[in-house]
Amino acid sequence: MTTSNKPVIDIEKLNLIFETPDAPVHALNDINLQINSGDFVSFIGPSGCGKTTLMRVIADLETPTDGHITVNGMSPKEAREQRAYGYVFQAPALYPWRNVQKNVMLPLQIMGLSKDEQMERVKKNLALVNLEGFEKKFPWQLSGGMQQRVSIARALSVEPDLLLMDEPFGALDEITRDHLNEQLLRLWDQTKKTVVFVTHSIPESVFLSSKIVVMSPRPGKIIDIIDCNLPRDRTLDIRESPEFLKIAHRVREGLRAGHSYDD
Amino acid sequence: MTDEVISIKEGIWSKLYYGKTLPILTMVLGILVLWYGGAVYLNADFLISNYERKNVEWSAEKLVNDAWAMERPILPAPHQIAVELNKTVFQKKITSKRSLVFHAWITTSATLLGFAFGSLLGILLAVGIVHVQTLDRSLMPWVIASQTIPILAIAPMIIVVLGNIGLTGTIPKSIISMYLCFFPITIGMVKGLRSPDVLQMDLMRTYSASASQIFWKLRVPASVPYLFASLKVAVAISLVGAIVGELPTGAVAGIGARLLSGSYYGQTIQIWSALVVASVLGMLLVYIVSVTEKIVLGRMGGRA
Repeated sequence: MTTSNKPVIDIEKLNLIFETPDAPVHALNDINLQINSGDFVSFIGPSGCGKTTLMRVIADLETPTDGHITVNGMSPKEAREQRAYGYVFQAPALYPWRNVQKNVMLPLQIMGLSKDEQMERVKKNLALVNLEGFEKKFPWQLSGGMQQRVSIARALSVEPDLLLMDEPFGALDEITRDHLNEQLLRLWDQTKKTVVFVTHSIPESVFLSSKIVVMSPRPGKIIDIIDCNLPRDRTLDIRESPEFLKIAHRVREGLRAGHSYDD
Repeated sequence: MTDEVISIKEGIWSKLYYGKTLPILTMVLGILVLWYGGAVYLNADFLISNYERKNVEWSAEKLVNDAWAMERPILPAPHQIAVELNKTVFQKKITSKRSLVFHAWITTSATLLGFAFGSLLGILLAVGIVHVQTLDRSLMPWVIASQTIPILAIAPMIIVVLGNIGLTGTIPKSIISMYLCFFPITIGMVKGLRSPDVLQMDLMRTYSASASQIFWKLRVPASVPYLFASLKVAVAISLVGAIVGELPTGAVAGIGARLLSGSYYGQTIQIWSALVVASVLGMLLVYIVSVTEKIVLGRMGGRA
């Protein structure tokens, strides 16, 4: 795939301060980050380190106080209006009155695609997350892992080059999570999308990423950016390899340096 | 232990025991006993003074029998109401002015019209309140104030004013009905249209959906369960509104008219049978809304 020189996401000296009744909260402090096309970037850090907030800034769900950010060379607002990204939330956020097929169709209806195109994309993306045959099921009839896969299919159906995933597997058990991690990796390899992934699991971040951004709280800032060049077709077994453990160790060191383990 | 309970749940007797039938029957029986006793107690004074005036020999048995068979009792016995209901509901042609079915239909038509107006008004107000901040602040206090005025006080005014501009019959009654029933619908719909959570709204934002897309694809479907809860309350009070609307007009037809003429002539049996018809009608209307709710929510993926 051709990697253009321009980064997909370019963040410079970005600050975000939430005004709260008692004291302003410095959620993001002097963030500098470039994410290139085809990268799988994880934001890792303890709760309150601003990793979700940073992602929401990229998605134009929060507005930074100052600093500079471009997504696909545009402002986040323009990027959002052009539907440049697919967003997967912590919870599946499926609409309970829509069945699986209709849930995946939701963004396509909003985009005003033709019925045929909608059906085709639903079919393709449900196949990608191994959910063929569940089109007519309602969300409550699915397990948590399946619901989250539907929400991933929904984000993919927009056919964005950029996928923003906010702790998508955080609420799932470890077995399901491992399984979905493998699926996600394969998906990334097949589709060559740029993925930004928020997590608080060290093994998950090392296993999935090509680049790990370690963050620390109060104020939320970037401690370390670690390149993670494990082969793209890695399997779960790689988690016992020395290279994997070395990177995991460096992530842990970064978290410690950011006082993430302090009481 | 739970295994046993499940295994016994077969057969008529266990159905009676575990189902709703037995508790309901017990309540009905209790009410009937109280009622018959109450009829004797309340009617006794009049009967006894009558006996004494006419120097009639009387026993407790005679008193009880007479108390349950008076023409204009203070409290009629249930079977007297049943006889009257049989006479006025089943034995009369439904086009007859003495048929309770005829009167019930007059009231029902006003109820349904008022319910339709009220639902429409309630929903429109809610949409306005949710979407326009000024309306939220300016309209809501008026909506609440409108319900603090006793309907019995304002109903005659509405009838008189509308009569003056040439509106008589069903329309004024249904407007009183509407006046009562839009309120729960507005309250329920405001809550329902605001029920989507932050995540569901954020999702729409990531798709850069327009306000009308958010309305039709998120707010409206999310509000449906709230709407039905409100409709059930609203349909019952529409009926109350329609009956109240019949009282000050001196209407000649409708359940309210039956209540009124019954009280003019001390026909308590007639009043009670009109009340029974009104409550059956109310239950029927609520039941119809409930069935519709089940069907609609079932189609929207509700857990059956």
